[in-house]
Amino acid sequence: MLKYTLKRALMAILTIWVVVTITFFLMNSIPGDPFTDQKKIPPEIMEKLEKKYGLDQPLVVQYGKYLKNILKGDLGDSMKYKNRSVNSIIEEGFPVSFKVGMLAIIFAAVVGITFGTIAGLNRAKFFDFLVIILAVIGVSVPSFVFAALFQYVFGVKLKWFPVARWGTPAHYVMPVLALGIGYVAYIARMMRTSMLDVLNQDYIRTARAKGLSSTQVTWRHTIRNAILPIVTILGVSIAGIVVGSFVIENIFAIPGIGKHFVQSITHQDYTLIMGTTVFYAVILVVMMFLIDIFYGIVDPRIRLE
Amino acid sequence: MEKLNKDKLLLEVKDLHVSFDTYAGEVKAVRGVNFHVNRGETLAIVGESGCGKSVTAQTIMQLIPMPPGKIKKGSIIFDGNDLAKYSDKKMESVRGKEISMVFQDPMTSLNPTMKVGKQIMEGLIKHQKMSKEEAKKRAVEMLKLVGLPTPEKRAEQYPHEFSGGMRQRAMIAIALACNPKLLIADEPTTALDVTIQAQIIELMKDLQIKLDTAIILITHDLGVVAKISDRIAVMYAGVIVESGTSNEIFYKPKHPYTWGLLKSVPRLDLERKERLLPIYGTPPDLFSPPAGCPFAARCDYAMKICKEKYPQKFGITDTHHVHCWLQHEMAPEVKHPLAEGGTN
Repeated sequence: MLKYTLKRALMAILTIWVVVTITFFLMNSIPGDPFTDQKKIPPEIMEKLEKKYGLDQPLVVQYGKYLKNILKGDLGDSMKYKNRSVNSIIEEGFPVSFKVGMLAIIFAAVVGITFGTIAGLNRAKFFDFLVIILAVIGVSVPSFVFAALFQYVFGVKLKWFPVARWGTPAHYVMPVLALGIGYVAYIARMMRTSMLDVLNQDYIRTARAKGLSSTQVTWRHTIRNAILPIVTILGVSIAGIVVGSFVIENIFAIPGIGKHFVQSITHQDYTLIMGTTVFYAVILVVMMFLIDIFYGIVDPRIRLE
Repeated sequence: MEKLNKDKLLLEVKDLHVSFDTYAGEVKAVRGVNFHVNRGETLAIVGESGCGKSVTAQTIMQLIPMPPGKIKKGSIIFDGNDLAKYSDKKMESVRGKEISMVFQDPMTSLNPTMKVGKQIMEGLIKHQKMSKEEAKKRAVEMLKLVGLPTPEKRAEQYPHEFSGGMRQRAMIAIALACNPKLLIADEPTTALDVTIQAQIIELMKDLQIKLDTAIILITHDLGVVAKISDRIAVMYAGVIVESGTSNEIFYKPKHPYTWGLLKSVPRLDLERKERLLPIYGTPPDLFSPPAGCPFAARCDYAMKICKEKYPQKFGITDTHHVHCWLQHEMAPEVKHPLAEGGTN
């Protein structure tokens, strides 16, 4: 297990290095620089700016320097936000995005797995069709449509929850729902399919042949096996969702880091692009690692020597 | 008809009809099956794929999916109670406790994410109301009984750590844990290696004597049947066409289908080498089975009446019965084609 963990950790570092390298050179191959969209900058000032951020040096040198810095955990200073480091931007926004994202995924997992399970157990009955229809709607309607709808219905008309901004727990409700609903649909569908698959397995028949009640068969034999594929989706989904959603955070005016993923690129804020990318890569790699370990606990067949 | 000894009689299936509703229509998988099993004996139900033998077996335990499957007619009298009338809930107290089942594919019949010991314990806790510790002890005993070395260690392992033969042994341990009166083995050796097959059959025979369990063995393999069964029922297209003691079926078969089955098995007792003869053709469509004998279309000896009327039951001896018009007094005499091979 220790050997495996070490090997995985090494692979993780390698993955992150590849991501850093590719992003770094791709980003620099985009025409323009962080300062061009502003008013015409006098050449002397431009020169000073470039010198300050080290942009006057050859690309390889910049790359080497960047690698050295991220090893120390320093993601550099933002080129767009004056006097702010990328680290502080992430530290400020991430907890907010993380909370919204985690709540959304917990909501999605609980509701999605429950719906999928019940639908799978009642194949071709009313509830099954209901879940299928809801799942299709949930998957195909984008989150911002739900967001706007919720704002109008629950915010403006019913006045149950604040329409936007951030602060009290009531502010969480609508963004979490809007963000989670697509995942609910996705997980419900996967869970339903997985349940049907497991219910057809021979070992379910064996369990029934033992005289176990249908509740026992469902809980001990069906759900546990059906949930395995869901774990995989959950891991990747968590990584994607906790780093915030540009759309949802914009609509509800949530001070998360979702917007930086998009805006840093349009601004060509080199350090912030790199910072958010590395950050996301690290979270993703860590999640995958956790999923692997979790998998080993739930499924003995892939338990590692 | 052979006199049924009421004390010895364990299971009696009478005129059982099972159908499945599909989009294409009603599949009449079992169409009036009669047989009985006495306490402690072994009945083999033999037939080719799709003849309804597995459906019959699974219907006894109500393990067929219902719907689309349904028992249309008939009764399954087990120890004096008609299981055909039992609800699914009521069946729970029969399954695993009174009647157990071993399935064909041991590779997929065990839950991959549950320890083998625990899978044996489940039935014990449910039916014998054992505590966890007692059930665990008994599970280890069962694994020892089915011949697994280091049973304590094995109980803590998962199915993927077992080989195919060991898994089938574990399946048998699960099935026999609660000491059932009847064990239904549905093609228990089909998915196994030939050498392992013999071991599993030996094991079942052994345990049958030790635990006094009756066995219904479902198989298409006459070699397996010969080793273990007391009586044989030959099934074709949802009906039993011939039944008798093992000796009667092997040495004095009367139905052309049984002849066909026997001719398609390799024999070591003949001096000259003989070709294995397949039975040509395929079984009839069970959406609309023929009015006459279902085997008529493939039968070398078919007469006009065979295609028109289902043959009545002809008693050869007290124990040997056959549904074939050749037994009618007006039918031409047909010599059993295996007889010339010098069997009996």
